[in-house]
Amino acid sequence: MNTPLAVECKGITKQYPHFQMKIVDLSFEQGTVMGLVGPNGAGKSTILRMIVGLVVPDSGSVSVLGYFMPGEQIAAKRNIGFVSEDMRLYESETIAFHMDFIKSIFDSWDDEYAKTLLRRFDLTKEQKIKGMSHGQRVKATLLLALARRPKLLVFDEPTTGLDPAARKEVLDEMMNAMQDETRSILFSSHNTLDVEQISDYITFIYDGQIIESRDKEEFLDGWRRLRLTNMQNHQLPDLTNIREVQQSGKLYSVTVNNYNDSIRQQFTKSGLFVDTIERLTLEEIFLSNVKYAKQETA
Amino acid sequence: MDYNFVLSQTDKRPMYQQIMEQIKQRIAVGDWPPNTLLPSIRELATEIKVSIITVKRAYRELERDGVITTQQGKGSWVSQSQDLNKLQDEKLKQHLEQAGKLAKSLGIPEDELLDMIKKYT
Repeated sequence: MNTPLAVECKGITKQYPHFQMKIVDLSFEQGTVMGLVGPNGAGKSTILRMIVGLVVPDSGSVSVLGYFMPGEQIAAKRNIGFVSEDMRLYESETIAFHMDFIKSIFDSWDDEYAKTLLRRFDLTKEQKIKGMSHGQRVKATLLLALARRPKLLVFDEPTTGLDPAARKEVLDEMMNAMQDETRSILFSSHNTLDVEQISDYITFIYDGQIIESRDKEEFLDGWRRLRLTNMQNHQLPDLTNIREVQQSGKLYSVTVNNYNDSIRQQFTKSGLFVDTIERLTLEEIFLSNVKYAKQETA
Repeated sequence: MDYNFVLSQTDKRPMYQQIMEQIKQRIAVGDWPPNTLLPSIRELATEIKVSIITVKRAYRELERDGVITTQQGKGSWVSQSQDLNKLQDEKLKQHLEQAGKLAKSLGIPEDELLDMIKKYT
């Protein structure tokens, strides 16, 4: 029997008064980490909410771990641990109260793991939510999701607003969860470093659409910046791969996607001297993607 | 098990190359002699908190370079015929490459760079 995909979205759309989610295809297999990146308002949270069954798409299909949403969402939700920023805990109650509450609903709750997480996150069971910092609240909600040991973890901006130490604790725990090869993580982040570090797949979202979605190594490998010297003022070759051109006198810096060796030759053939070819960080790719997408939609 | 791979954030090379280098170093200094079983890809990835696909790529490239041998479904081992000199040569080449790049960006001519290297031999 084939293992079902962790998530499979086919042609989903959603229309809001001021925002439109265009056709979204998104899938990844179990045992992997998918990171969603994109600017504010691009639609990352909407996609996550459609996947966990909180928002029903206008068209298209969503299946999670082989269960169709929303029809089979009861079975699916047993296996999904969703955490988002706007999740509220009971202010006047303790972490222990919340742990007992979740435990009473999900029989998969793991007491030992919950204890380990309390220790690793520096949390005290008896502490009331009221006096907790933002970081402690985030870690408490993550604990409540993780200790259920769901097959799919869906985290909306898990590291936003965390200090470097708390951020590391959260990322470490996300990777620890991946020791189980049937577990999968889908998360969104503004922090491109987080996504670059732990994701197996990266999906780039802009203005309600998926701009790029692929294996992280290919994603990072595909983008290059060529530094060129153009002594005789030659015309740049007309390549569809070019995403950005910055010029200062005779010096050019050209950003390309889907890089391969023939691209270098094309520039050389056009009479330009290639000084260096650099890789880009995910952050630079992010900015270049946004800039290009803006130009295209303008 | 604790493998203590320390990856650098200021190192400009991609993460998979840093992982490759750390493995090669362990082999070069003899900590991982031939036939040593390497940690599984998932095990190493979750320990050093780096995506599985990145470690997978590091292993694939090491296998291609003949540094490790992988048997599908069983694991990866340090290759038998480990040419230590070759690994060290490679290391030296990397340093020279860095030196060359730096000299170029500082505008130091070739003969001057050669004189500088001579000082250390």
